[in-house]
Amino acid sequence: MKTDRAWLIGMTLPVAAMFFTFFAVPLAKLFVIGGSGELGWSAYVAAFIEPRYWRSMVSTVTLSVVVTISTLVISGVAGVFLARHEFAGRQVLTALLTLPLAFPGVVIGFMVIMLGGRQGLIPTITNMLIGEKLVFAYSMVGLFVGYIYFSIPRTILTVIAAAEKLDPQLIEAARSLGASNWRVLIDVLIPGLKPALLAAGAICFATSMGAFGTAFTLATKIDVLPMIIYTEFTLQANIAMAAALSFVLGLLTWAALAFARSLTGNTVAAAA
Amino acid sequence: MKSTFNIHRSPVFWSLLGFTIVVAAFLLVPVVLSILTGLTNNQFVGLSSGLTLKWVFKVWESYQDSLWLSLGIAVACLASTLVMGVPAAYVLSRVQGKLARTIEEMLMLPVALPGLATALALIVTYGALGNFRTHWTFILVGHFLFTLPFMVRSVLAVLLSVDMHTLEEGARSLGATFVQRFCGIVLPNCRSGIVAGSLMVLTLSIGEFNMTLLLHTPLTQTLPVGLADAYASLRIEVGSAYTIVFFMMIVPLLIALQLAGGRKAHK
Repeated sequence: MKTDRAWLIGMTLPVAAMFFTFFAVPLAKLFVIGGSGELGWSAYVAAFIEPRYWRSMVSTVTLSVVVTISTLVISGVAGVFLARHEFAGRQVLTALLTLPLAFPGVVIGFMVIMLGGRQGLIPTITNMLIGEKLVFAYSMVGLFVGYIYFSIPRTILTVIAAAEKLDPQLIEAARSLGASNWRVLIDVLIPGLKPALLAAGAICFATSMGAFGTAFTLATKIDVLPMIIYTEFTLQANIAMAAALSFVLGLLTWAALAFARSLTGNTVAAAA
Repeated sequence: MKSTFNIHRSPVFWSLLGFTIVVAAFLLVPVVLSILTGLTNNQFVGLSSGLTLKWVFKVWESYQDSLWLSLGIAVACLASTLVMGVPAAYVLSRVQGKLARTIEEMLMLPVALPGLATALALIVTYGALGNFRTHWTFILVGHFLFTLPFMVRSVLAVLLSVDMHTLEEGARSLGATFVQRFCGIVLPNCRSGIVAGSLMVLTLSIGEFNMTLLLHTPLTQTLPVGLADAYASLRIEVGSAYTIVFFMMIVPLLIALQLAGGRKAHK
């Protein structure tokens, strides 16, 4: 259908024009602005050297890594369980687990306050049990809880989809050869789910790096990188540094996705 | 192996079930708590202070503008991703290979990059352009970039799963023009992808915060931005009531999304 070429090109043009005007050009501009402040191009160096930025970058990356690993373990166990067992209420349980799929970060921050805030559920319970309120919402723990809250639903979806595609005969074969549950997990399940887990993990990491709403609602003292960028931009009016930092943050995130893609040899973003 | 009629479950089964239920409770308990708080007279006193709708009405009075704005932007966003995203998905399904992969990846970038970065980029580039900055379309542009890949991927996945080439070749040999083929064959065949993509676009646009917090102005406050404002400055019952309003908008969409996904999986 060679003659369709003109149509196909015509159909691509609007998207290409929008993307170029509102994404490619602005990103290039952001890069230039990042180097146009008091510090000049060394703003990009300062993002790594200046202790305040460096500390925040380290804590953001650490938090994201811990969140990613915890989410993969939790969603891996629950997802494989749901995919491999048939029982009454299974669909309801799956639906409930994936319902918060698109809750925005601000709302999730509020959910964390409901759980661990000053009037929250868990502090109230600990107050009754040990006479002390264990308030965790406004600390690193609160952020961690919020981040796994929004990562679990989407990761579970990916795991269930991948686990349903796994050939049940592989597990059968392993069992008939006398493999224990543990060996089935190590030798069959984890290798079989590896691409899906890597893809979901990469998305989880990228989302945690850029997450902002949760920290914003919790108004914590912990400065994750997006909060630093926001502060530089609004309170300090240091647009150049904000631009440089967000460019670096974007680059880090993109690198994580590219790395995961090189491991799986597949388009990682498919899990989004 | 699915053990459908197995009554004697192993202890492993029960502990895994327990674990999964705990995870579900972790996700749902705060939702229930916030709904209850939004309907309680006084959260400090607790449920014994009585149930009321006064907080919900208060939110409705002071924040309904943000709700309409969010809905308007979501619908406009849906329209633009439909008009531009569906054809783009079709082109990508026709032009396979390295080029298509690269384009797909580029379209995905606004999702992969932190929303804050995209928003800043838009502001430094177009912030001073006439009154674009204070117009709601400024937010729309951000939402469009962020949601477009979800539409494209959803439609593309369906297009690649049917043998569109044979269908189209058949129609073409009977003299159908490109437009006739596109509207008569391509669009009806990728309906399920369009529906799923549309629901996803609406949900994401209504809930978008990372970009919108920077893109918005006092005149263009969307629902999630209003939520953040309410959480920060108003009493917890009002914040909760506002959350109820938000849930009422987004939960039906999420349920529809699950139903659409379920239908697709069972076909």
